Amino acid sequence: MRRELGATLRSILFVGAVIALILAAITFLLLLGGFDVGRALGALWLGSVGSWYALTSATLVRAIPLMLTGCAIAVAFRAGVFNIGAEGQLLAGGAAAAAVALAIPNAGWLALALALITGALAGGGWATIAAVLRERFGVLEVISTIMLNFVALYAVSYLVRGPLQEPTHAYPQSSSIADAVHLARIPGAGRLHLGIVIALVVTIAAGWILRRTAGGFRLMAVGESPSAAASAGLIDVRRVTASAFVVSGALAGLAGAVEVLGVTYALYEDISPGYGYTAIAVALLAGLDPWRVILTALLFGALEAGAGAMQRDAGVPSTLVAVIEALLILAVVAAQALRVRRGRGFTGSGDAFPATAT
Amino acid sequence: MSDLVTPVLAATIRTATPLALAALGELLVERAGMINIGVEGAVLAGAFGALAGATAGGVAGGYAGAMAGGLLVGALFAFCVVVLRADQIITGMALTLLSVGATGTLYRALYGSGGAALGVPTSGPLPVPGLSSLPVIGTPLFSQPAITYFTYLLAPALAWWLGHTHAGLALRAVGERPEAAEVAGVAVARVRTAAVLVGGLLGGLAGGTLVLAQAGTFVEGMSAGRGFIALAIVVLGRWRPLGVALGALVFGAASALQFAFQAMGWNAPYQLFLAAPYLLTLAAMAGAMGRARAPAALGRAL
Repeated sequence: MRRELGATLRSILFVGAVIALILAAITFLLLLGGFDVGRALGALWLGSVGSWYALTSATLVRAIPLMLTGCAIAVAFRAGVFNIGAEGQLLAGGAAAAAVALAIPNAGWLALALALITGALAGGGWATIAAVLRERFGVLEVISTIMLNFVALYAVSYLVRGPLQEPTHAYPQSSSIADAVHLARIPGAGRLHLGIVIALVVTIAAGWILRRTAGGFRLMAVGESPSAAASAGLIDVRRVTASAFVVSGALAGLAGAVEVLGVTYALYEDISPGYGYTAIAVALLAGLDPWRVILTALLFGALEAGAGAMQRDAGVPSTLVAVIEALLILAVVAAQALRVRRGRGFTGSGDAFPATAT
Repeated sequence: MSDLVTPVLAATIRTATPLALAALGELLVERAGMINIGVEGAVLAGAFGALAGATAGGVAGGYAGAMAGGLLVGALFAFCVVVLRADQIITGMALTLLSVGATGTLYRALYGSGGAALGVPTSGPLPVPGLSSLPVIGTPLFSQPAITYFTYLLAPALAWWLGHTHAGLALRAVGERPEAAEVAGVAVARVRTAAVLVGGLLGGLAGGTLVLAQAGTFVEGMSAGRGFIALAIVVLGRWRPLGVALGALVFGAASALQFAFQAMGWNAPYQLFLAAPYLLTLAAMAGAMGRARAPAALGRAL
């Protein structure tokens, strides 16, 4: 228990350090660009956590898909599976959930549950293609998942102009999902919906499974060293990596379902502004630990919400956030690479976390 | 018939040119045993470099800027992967993200957001005397901007270079058995760095082509996944330069046919055409079209 407490404290300290670094980097870039730093940072604050409305309707709403997809990436990477396809799996999940929700608008919470489950299954199914290609034919999942992201995008583009298009055929989107099948909004919390509960429960459970169960141990053993795991016996490496891949896809699919049922209330092409890609940054910064993903997803949710406000109120390009995210990822992988060269641990272990590894 | 074939062929070549450039660059990187997902970032940086260069120094300045942009992304990748030995996939993703963020931010900061698109000088078609007056294929193949002819020459030149020169052999050795190559006296790190730099340069040229030979302007995110398509083309072309050229034509044709069928009012889902090359690539990777073998050391850290 005390160790847990210490770890939690360290995580919080780490996030604090990261926030300080991010603010320093933003300030530097703002000065470089000749912007009004005070005004820009003020907008960043107000647009992310500076008001109850911003916190709930902007930051937390964005953190939900990032938490689920970040968790998806963490599970896959931990098993040594480079799933770059969370974006496509999210789209598959969103499309499937929308199809179910539109097909049975009068079944209330049953339809909602069914839509969420179908979304997760669709995401898992989409990942299965790449998992089979990897295990059966040795196809690099990095490339196959990128291909499948494009195929998913074109499939959604077809669906919203074909079978799922709204009845007037004027817009490339589906009809609106019936109120009864929405993930309800949380009273007094703006646009924040019950998806936050789903995301927290799923992410906490995933972290618990990874840390405390035999399955989680096998997954991490395979990720650390497939050859060692195989020679230790009792671990079917291909089965473990394939399962991790599919579970990862299911988590991303659930993210898509939650987004459609809680935010967009319809299917269209742009349901995700690249959550599946940002998720990689979210997961890496969390040291591939689902519990820490909760913190980093909140951080990135706040950052992206605040960036929108900076653009509106201080004229600072919101794309600045992408620069910050990229620099964070590079800092993390560079730090890890340097640690590996000094012979200390690798990505798999939770201790590979640069700032907490002292 | 020819009034249908000619425009489709022209559109195919037009679309295939930047794809082939980026894919040939990525081919070099992969034959040296690395995967650079950052090629998407290199294309975008090249496009922005072309804008910056062309506003200052016309078409020539534009191409110089495009190469500089791509080279910068290549250099960052080389620094992270070859020098620091960071993970290739994650570094590549991060560099693409960095390029999206940096070009977007610079574009909005320098040229204003949401304003009128900025026009830049473009390089017009340069008809090849004689060849360009051939029936049907003359105009689409031989009345193209100079960069297209450069691409025509680059693919066979690379094939020859990889197969018949010492340097080409060294590159392949680094991609297949880096340890053995090192023992044989090949400077593995230097070869990989050079491959990544040239790969970035060609990715930049691909972006430059979009701006200087096609759009005549820069749009945020205008690489639009072409770098990722280049990754597919390398697989589809089975890691061979001429195969890659053919693969680029397949993707180009899919896009051209899609527009042609839409224009003809044929209402099959056009997304099928756009998705088809990706599905073809997946099938190729699964070995459905004979064995396509990736370089043995692909993606492996040293």
